[in-house]
Amino acid sequence: MYDNNPPKVRTQKPVVGLFVTCLTDLYRPSVALAAVKLLEDTGATVKVPRAQTCCGQPALNNGDLKHSRQIARQVIDAFSGFDYVVGPSGSCMGTIKTHYVEQFKDDPEYLEKAEDLAARSYELVSFLTDIMGVKSVNTTFEGTVTYHDSCSGLRELGIHKQPRKILKTVKGLSLTEMHDSDVCCGFGGTFCVKYPEISGRMASAKCANIRNTGADTLLAGDLGCLLNIAGRLRREGDQTRVFHIAEVLAGMADCPGIAEGQE
Amino acid sequence: MQPRSRDFKALSAKSMKDESLQGALRQLETGFVRARRDSASALPEFEALRDQARDRLDDVLANLDIHLLAYEQKVKSQGGHVHWARDGKELCEIVSKICHDAEAKKIIRGKSMIGEEAGLNEALESDGFEVMETDLGEYILQLSKEGPSHIIAPAIHKTKDEISDLFHEAHKAHGLTERQSETSALVAEARQVLRQAFLNADAGITGANFLIAETGSNIIVTNEGNGDLSCTLPRVHIVTAAIDKVIPTLEDASLLLRLLARSATGQEITAYTTLSTGPKHPDDADGPEEYHVVLIDNGRSEMLGNEFREMLRCIRCGACMNHCPVYGNIGGHAYGWVYPGPMGSVLTPLMVGLDEAGNLPNACTLNGRCQDVCPVRIPLPGLLKAHRVREFESRLTSSLVRYGLAGWAWLARNPVIYHPLMNVSMRVMAVLGRRRGAFRWMPFASGWTDVRDLPAPQGSTFQSIWRKRERGDS
Repeated sequence: MYDNNPPKVRTQKPVVGLFVTCLTDLYRPSVALAAVKLLEDTGATVKVPRAQTCCGQPALNNGDLKHSRQIARQVIDAFSGFDYVVGPSGSCMGTIKTHYVEQFKDDPEYLEKAEDLAARSYELVSFLTDIMGVKSVNTTFEGTVTYHDSCSGLRELGIHKQPRKILKTVKGLSLTEMHDSDVCCGFGGTFCVKYPEISGRMASAKCANIRNTGADTLLAGDLGCLLNIAGRLRREGDQTRVFHIAEVLAGMADCPGIAEGQE
Repeated sequence: MQPRSRDFKALSAKSMKDESLQGALRQLETGFVRARRDSASALPEFEALRDQARDRLDDVLANLDIHLLAYEQKVKSQGGHVHWARDGKELCEIVSKICHDAEAKKIIRGKSMIGEEAGLNEALESDGFEVMETDLGEYILQLSKEGPSHIIAPAIHKTKDEISDLFHEAHKAHGLTERQSETSALVAEARQVLRQAFLNADAGITGANFLIAETGSNIIVTNEGNGDLSCTLPRVHIVTAAIDKVIPTLEDASLLLRLLARSATGQEITAYTTLSTGPKHPDDADGPEEYHVVLIDNGRSEMLGNEFREMLRCIRCGACMNHCPVYGNIGGHAYGWVYPGPMGSVLTPLMVGLDEAGNLPNACTLNGRCQDVCPVRIPLPGLLKAHRVREFESRLTSSLVRYGLAGWAWLARNPVIYHPLMNVSMRVMAVLGRRRGAFRWMPFASGWTDVRDLPAPQGSTFQSIWRKRERGDS
């Protein structure tokens, strides 16, 4: 059901355009640095086009197709020519991979470009495992982690097993599953500020499921969910640490976690 | 039923404080979600059946006019009558006239969402008819004067205690004075009261899960058997159904029935699957003397020609709402009309207007769990987004959101300004939020900070860090 077929011929030393994503760029550059390290470790050359800002979801998901298309064109142009385009988010990459094409039905030039981009675009962890064939990482993370499946990555891109498989190769890490790991955390882009009460309850249910595992760290592959869950954990006085999975895989989770204070 | 979808926020706030409702909603997981998962995984061809059903229904919808006429022809050839209603009001008028002409005073109803959509009970009662619901859930709601909160479990929000009180009060008139508190005793009492109503009724009104063009039959699925009695005991049987219920053959019905019960309740098949075909024939032992089908459009023929066409595949199983985390927190009444959850959030704006129901397609995280379980693979999140596009294009979206998006989009399309501006902003926020690592409150961000902290950024943006790194490298 998922169109996730890897290309037949794999470039050994591909040039990868990093789609940073706006939240990573603004909130947590360490996630992008981790992504660069993981990609470079596979032998890829990483480029970061300066002309990128956001994938356009805020406009797209609020029905503003004019602005959404303008931003999509900007992304399409900025990332032409790379062997692959990779980003540390199932949500943004799902948009590029599945929702750009839908927006250019009446624009043959950009439809073709959008299809071309979609075929080259991947979410980070699934790119590492499915395309570059990474089976393990040589890093250590001491702790018990639980993994939240972000909705877009899970349902639009079919990402479920990949992060778990590769996390199990991190030394010192033990993975424990939470109840309803595949149920939405209540982020939903602008949903979370339009309907804060409903969103807060969904986040709260997620926090309870996390606590019930006894894990000391929460991981996920999408910063939107992570900011929402970390914010709610903090509000509830819960000290569970929160990282993006890329930070742990790259051995770069030695910085403060999301929403963690510094003395 | 007067739509109240405009009040979605207030209604959902009320629902979230309602402890007995919250208790009932917690049962969704065990009652429906697990049951569906178990029964779907027990049928190896389940996923293939979903594909087949989607494709078959798309074919059917492409020729719906032909199938509708064939169905009408078949019903007529067997002595039945077919009536066409443009909307709920017309449906009520037609049903009322049929009952009036047949001199039917006492009417029993089998569960039908079309009846709810059209406000049939209220209309018939105001025309002087005596109407009684016979589906247990609907009967409870008739006593409590409420609308359904779920399409297949309409009284899911009611606790046993509340039902005990309702029955105790209402059944006194039938000489049943003792307050019952056990489920089995409550069911037995309802059966006793309803049985008399079945026997006394002049007309029975049911819905239809499917209408079969090749035989002129209607199919209803129930777990209580009230559908059978409503079809066969009264002298007049009236079927109220929407035009998208027509399918060509019994073979099609068998495909869809295999998906319906599994998706709805996790049953392989419901306890009763009832086919009724026309009035009683001379050599039949029983059955109605008159058989009427009232087909309602109510915006569906328009959907056939627009971006919402796929919604017409819906077979009303309720799986989307059972799996919706928003529905799971607020229940069905918060949606403000008869259809709740994801399918309701697509249908309601089409039937009562986007200006009334604009909240519904927005109150969704686009998590896609509904689409994942929809037996006929309706792209529900995509259809909700289509409503948002309509809303934006007809300027129903608030000006705050519109100007906000325009300003943000302008910035996003000007990276030369965006990057340095964001870098400075993030560095300031990082300094301010460094100690706690998060903000309890942030101006203009109360939607976020009312219910959770806003994590503080790390400092410089990645773009600025990368730029330095590139300059250093070169």
